[in-house]
Amino acid sequence: MRMSIHRLLAGALAAAFIVAGPAAAQQKLKIGFITTLSGPPAIIGKHMKDSVELALDHLNHKVGGLDTEVIYGDDQFKPEVGVQLAEEMLKKHQVDFVSGIIWSNVMMAVMPVVTGAGHIMVGTNAGASPLAGSQCNELYFSASWNNDQSPEALGKYLTDKGVNELYVMAPNYQAGKDMVAGLKRYYKGKIVDEVYTKFQQTDYQAEITQLRSKNPKAVFVFYPGGMGIQFVKQYVQAGLRDQIPLYSVFTVDETTLPALKEAAIGQYEARFWSPDLDVPASKRYVADFEKKFGYTPSYYGAQSYDGIMLIDSAVRATKGNVKDVKALVHEMRKANYNSVRGKYQFNVNQHPIQDFYLLQAVKADNKDGAAMKIVQKAFEKHKDAYYQECKMKW
Amino acid sequence: MTWALVFEQLLNGLQYGVMLFLMAAGLTLVLGIMNMVNLAHGSLFMVGAYFAVAAMQWTGNYPLSVVLAFAGTLVVGMLVEVIALRALYNRDHLDQVLATFGLILFFNELISIIWGRGSLYTALPSWLQGHVTLFTGSRYPVYRLVVLGVGLLVAVVLWYVVTRTRLGMLIRAGASNRTMVAALGVNIRLLYTVVFGFGAALAGLAGLMAGPIYAVQPGMGELILIQVFVVIVIGGIGSIRGALVGAIIVGVVDTLGRAFLKPFLATLISAPAAEAAGPALASMLIYLLMAVVLALKPAGLFQSR
Repeated sequence: MRMSIHRLLAGALAAAFIVAGPAAAQQKLKIGFITTLSGPPAIIGKHMKDSVELALDHLNHKVGGLDTEVIYGDDQFKPEVGVQLAEEMLKKHQVDFVSGIIWSNVMMAVMPVVTGAGHIMVGTNAGASPLAGSQCNELYFSASWNNDQSPEALGKYLTDKGVNELYVMAPNYQAGKDMVAGLKRYYKGKIVDEVYTKFQQTDYQAEITQLRSKNPKAVFVFYPGGMGIQFVKQYVQAGLRDQIPLYSVFTVDETTLPALKEAAIGQYEARFWSPDLDVPASKRYVADFEKKFGYTPSYYGAQSYDGIMLIDSAVRATKGNVKDVKALVHEMRKANYNSVRGKYQFNVNQHPIQDFYLLQAVKADNKDGAAMKIVQKAFEKHKDAYYQECKMKW
Repeated sequence: MTWALVFEQLLNGLQYGVMLFLMAAGLTLVLGIMNMVNLAHGSLFMVGAYFAVAAMQWTGNYPLSVVLAFAGTLVVGMLVEVIALRALYNRDHLDQVLATFGLILFFNELISIIWGRGSLYTALPSWLQGHVTLFTGSRYPVYRLVVLGVGLLVAVVLWYVVTRTRLGMLIRAGASNRTMVAALGVNIRLLYTVVFGFGAALAGLAGLMAGPIYAVQPGMGELILIQVFVVIVIGGIGSIRGALVGAIIVGVVDTLGRAFLKPFLATLISAPAAEAAGPALASMLIYLLMAVVLALKPAGLFQSR
């Protein structure tokens, strides 16, 4: 008798699975998230992945009301690996959206694959200029910014503040040149010298000695990742922190503060977001992030969180009909969600028109002993420099 | 003013060269004496830096952390030799390159698992943070001078060990004719382990001194390893003297190139052309130098055998 009840139950369960299985599968939303999870830049990938996980928590694992599965991929910093991942996600996992991507060169390779397959790509860091201009695409949205915008905002701030003399340094590769070009678009003062160092250079003592001999009023640098840690440490050790103000973009942030600590204090950065930004969605994101993961989130994470929220808003508005890509694009263009950067609008190239801030690293009562704080708004409703080259009609 | 600047840049170059020497000394010994291509030398540099950070956090005592990191890297180096590299001495160089490349991946991943992906924080004790005023009037970080001093001290000690001690005699003999040394009853296996261990410890010393200047992160050793190979090719494989001279030449040429090549070119060609050519040429300079040395003296400046 007992046996037969067990069997009956098992049979009923199996039947329930058979009935429920396909129905649930239809309702499921799949998002492919590509970032870098190996090598030195993996710290950025960790910030992004953790933020996606937090976004899923906040949405009860139902993006746009649908059961959601996120498939993560490690691009290993390589465009060709990114393309492989995107193809695998689209064909094998049948994802509805692809999101993430740190590097502009990876994005330039992956975006055509995703949009070519008729799916929406939501970039959450890479800000390659062609994608904001001549190669803009209806199916490509940026939840971050165009590369030039941060140095542009800093250039504008320096001009507004009357800093009439600037010494400029960047690594000698495309992004380094782009950052300096962006700065110059809005910086009207005199550039004392423009120094390009070897990509992945470790020692900057020679350049710092040259810099000091010119005695400029201020210094602008772009040194992402480990290069930034090295440059800033050596700048401070040379005793220049109190003598010449150091302004930078993508150099000092929450991914490098744990390695810099008090050496960062006094650094100026321009950025669209900071953990202390006074926006309810941002405050919730930062507080819950710190609680769940035990460290301070960075803009890389904030953008990735925002990317998921953007997808959520569109899927919700189309009542979960993710096959209707046209309707999804229509809804995403409205940017109708509580962004961590506050309310914003998309430009015609589907890149945000947003505010930029001047940040300063200050002493703080946290694990790192330092934190980024907003000093003032540097650029209001800033449009990127390329949208006029985008021929898209809404 | 300009001569003061040139002097300061020479000092920078010397200091950078000494840093390279610490790495090159170990690598050239291993390559010259054991005929072993060790790409994982950069990993031992990284291990030294991480050990110093960990020991500093653990003990809070800077000199003690230096000693612990040095000893720790020595032990790791000897373990690597005993466990992994011993089997490779009789294999050809390609096998050694593959195996030690594997070690790079292994160490990078192990470090990431233990200490995480992000860069670690390292601070100097306050007595090393200050500046000295040079006779030219500019301020120079004390720590950079300490690095310079330690590097030169190591050079002197190595010179003494190699030329004046029994161990040094065996090392030189091993570099000249290993079969004969073994035939004379010297435990060449043990000698190799010791040499490799001290080579590793020197890389670790370079790493622990680089920690406060560079970013302590997985893969940090590979960034400096290429320059170190240039140093030993210029200096002559297996020669400590060659490593010292090569390192200082590379350090000074690289530094002066980065500092003065662009302004110098601007006096010869148009400013925008110099703007483009200067940094590109400066980053190639040490490789050009290596090509010239190889063309004139294919075995490097100081031949060891």
